Parts: sequence; structure tokens; C-alpha cells
Amino acid sequence: MTTVLAGDVIARLVEDFIPGSVKEWNASDVWVKPESILEVCTFLKTDTALGCDYLISVSAVDYIEYFEMVYHLVSMSNNHSVVLKAKCLGREDPTVPSITSLWQGADFQEREVYDLMGVKFSGHPNLKRIMLWEGFPGHPQRKDYLEPPR
Amino acid sequence: MPIRTEPVTINLGPQHPSTHGVFRMRITFDGEIILDVEPVFGYLHRGSEKLAEERTYTQVITLTDRLDYVSSMSNNLAYVLAVEKLAGINPPERAMYIRVIVAELQRIVSHLVATGFFLNDLGALATPLMYCFREREKILDLFEMLCGARITLSYMRVGGVFQDAPPDFWHSLRDFLNYMPGYIDEYETLITGNEIMLIRTKGTGILSGETAINSSISGPILRASGVNWDLRKTDPYDVYDRVDFDVPQGTVGDNYDRYLTRVAEMRQSLRIIEQCVDQIEEGPVRAEVPALVRPPIGDAYGHVEGPKGELGFYIVSDGSIAPYRFKIRSPSLINLSALRGMLLGSKLADMIVTFGSMDINMGEVDR
Repeated sequence: MTTVLAGDVIARLVEDFIPGSVKEWNASDVWVKPESILEVCTFLKTDTALGCDYLISVSAVDYIEYFEMVYHLVSMSNNHSVVLKAKCLGREDPTVPSITSLWQGADFQEREVYDLMGVKFSGHPNLKRIMLWEGFPGHPQRKDYLEPPR
Repeated sequence: MPIRTEPVTINLGPQHPSTHGVFRMRITFDGEIILDVEPVFGYLHRGSEKLAEERTYTQVITLTDRLDYVSSMSNNLAYVLAVEKLAGINPPERAMYIRVIVAELQRIVSHLVATGFFLNDLGALATPLMYCFREREKILDLFEMLCGARITLSYMRVGGVFQDAPPDFWHSLRDFLNYMPGYIDEYETLITGNEIMLIRTKGTGILSGETAINSSISGPILRASGVNWDLRKTDPYDVYDRVDFDVPQGTVGDNYDRYLTRVAEMRQSLRIIEQCVDQIEEGPVRAEVPALVRPPIGDAYGHVEGPKGELGFYIVSDGSIAPYRFKIRSPSLINLSALRGMLLGSKLADMIVTFGSMDINMGEVDR
């Protein structure tokens, strides 16, 4: 079975390595500052004990007050998983660092989040819409999105 | 006098028989060599994730059928597992066995379709495909006995399956298990040693294990690159921890390895089904679950080893009858991450073969 690493264990390890990056945690998830996503992911990937070499998915959830970025990571050698989250404030121009430099597999997923949820990824090499066409008004997966009148 | 040449950019698709749906690639060629590839998606985008936010947890099952429409059972299974994890529901034993049996049948269907169309892309037009579809038809007949549908099945429910299998199903399944290995032998006789097949697929479209992991590749493509990672072994769900099976792997990660891995997986699926049929016992097939499931506030990620790779559903609940957020981790889309690297520097004809061996499904890529 893939073990889900306890939130407090990861929070302590990450906080030791990058002071001031962890905001909160619970039994399974860790919330970090949105601007330190890339550093935290680099640490989780390169640290020998954690070794999260495989990125499962990048998701975004719209909670109206903030966007929550959710990263599911897994370590193939140790068979454990980590759920990393970040609360991203602001509806106009929410931005988080891109992790495409670490995992090629994040490319399309980040483009999808940008397209449908409107979260921007700084440092993404090719950040443009993926499912919808250029010039589409708005981001349809936001909770406050309204279909334009026909 | 030297001939002056310049790169040419062409569009492959969205209407092209080898793109398996409506997929488009903008490809830049230098003569016959590929210089750049840019996949263009979205022609089949239906907004499944958004649609799910307006449906009850049971109604969403019908949406999952339409993601990867050649493996509806696996999609159903991944979704109900995620909801069960979120709501803390345990399905009865018999339901778990039936789920594993139908999911493995579905894997055989998907691999048959993949192999058939792969051969189609190689230029063996329609004949191998019809051989593969002959057995696919038998499995669809089995599914019809279970739930009346053949493609969009919606057979699974949160907490079990829709209904118990009729007695006829078990007889037909036994028959199927008896004759299917012979048919797989037949494919292998026709295809595996075929000279054209070997020339076209060996050493083309190579994907190293390291790149595969970095690109979040999953499923048979990952294993064909020599990575031993199968969620049925590493994170077993339902009753996979009670059955014995091997995880076929490739060595080089070329198109031929991907074909071999799929064929070997079909044989393993038959092994799993046989053991499940021996182990299954009488009992209920559905837990006591209210018609309108209301999972507690929270989130859960449920995943299965689908025929095309890791299919996952990340569901956020706000305590109501509909999911607050419904995210699909679609293997077909993410497996395309490595496509560009696999194609650069190869020839036009190899591109069609490599793309065929990826076995993507546009219903799942665009959602």
C-alpha cells in the first residue's frame, strides 16, 4: 500500500529546510506559501529520504476567497505519497511558480489550470490556453463564471 | 549546385484517420525529419469537470463513462473508489470481486482496441483490427448481460455494483476464459514475429524510464520503459491484494515493447479473472448507501490502474449532494507530455507508429 506521509512530519522537514515556507498542516496535507511552491517541490524531489520523484497531478480548487493549488506527489522508490497545497489569494491575477522545470509532466496540467481556472504560472515556458481557444472570455471552471447570454 | 531547402510546417489532424479522434499536431519538418511538434487539444472538450459540479454523486457515474469510452468500467471504478474513500463506505466482498473481474475484462477490451488500431496505423489496414474486435465483441456481450449496455455502461455504484451478475454470465465468462488464451496466441503468431512489424516498431519511438517518470507517464507505456510501477501492486484496491499476477515490463521502451507489454497484460488479466471467479462467494453486491450520497466536508483522491494508465479522481465535497470540485487526472492527456521528445528527430512514417503506440483516447484527453 502507498503510505500517505503524515502532514506534521513533512511540515517539519520542509520548515527545517526552507524556514517560513509552511503555513499549516493536518493529518495528510501540508499548506505552504504559494511563492515557495517551486523550492518546496525541489526539496521534496531531491531529498533522499522523501524522494518524491513522480508528480501525479496538479489541481486547482476555487473557494471564492482563494484558489487552492493541490499537488499530488508520490515516491516510487519508497512508495509513499505527499499532498501539497497552497492557498493563492486574489481573483484578478493569482500567480504561483511553475514546476515544469522539475517535472515535464506538469506542462499540460498547468496549462489546463490556467485555461479553466485562471491561475497563472510564472516561469511556464508555453503558458497558453489548452482546451479552449485563444480569446475565450473568462475561465469557466471558476465558481463565479456565468455563461454569456446567447 | 546545392539544393536550397527550408522547414515546412504542416497540420496533422484534427480530421485524420491516424489521430484516433479529433487530435491535431502542428509539425515542422525538414524534409522527412521532424524538427518540432506541438499538440493542439480541445476539439472534444465538453467540460465534464464543470458538468459534474451540477450533478449528484450517482449521476456523475454517467459522465465518467464518456471520458475514455473504450474503458468505461475502469472509469466507473476509479470514480466510485474516490467517492467511497471520501464518504467512508465499504462495498461488500462480492461487489469487489465483480468489480475486479469487469475492470480486467475492460482492460482486455482496451488493449485489443489499442493493438488493433496500432496495426492499422502500421498499414495493416482493418484486418488485424477485425480480429481484435471479434473478441472485443464477446466481452461487450458479457457486459450486456450485466447491465444491458455495451459501451456507456454505468455499471458501478457508490458502495458496490448496480446488480448481481445473472447465472448465464458466469457460464459465458468460463467459456471466454477457455478460448481467449488461444486467440491471444493467434495474435502473437500473426503479429509478434511479423517482419514488417519488427522493422517498423523496433528501435522507434524510444522512451527511457527516466524521461517517462519525469513526464508523469503511467500505465503500459511506463512499464514498457522498464519501470516497475503498477497501482494494482503498489497501492492495491478492491481485491487485487488477494490475487497473484505478474507485472509485464519492457526493456528498451520502444514501440515494440509497448505492444508486447499490452499483449502480456492481457494474459495477466485473464489470470486475475480466473482467480477471482474461483474465490468469489455469494453475498450482497451493494452496501446500504442512501440514494443521495452526502460525503462529509473534505477531499479525497482515488485512483486505479486503468488500461491507459493512472486514472484518478480528486473530489472535494462541501457536504452537499453534488461534488464541489471534480478533477480528473486523465492518463491520456498526461501521457502525451512525452510525445514531443519521442518524435523529435524521427521520420514522418515513424511518427504515426509512435503516436499509435501511445494509445490515447480523445474523450479522455479533452474531457
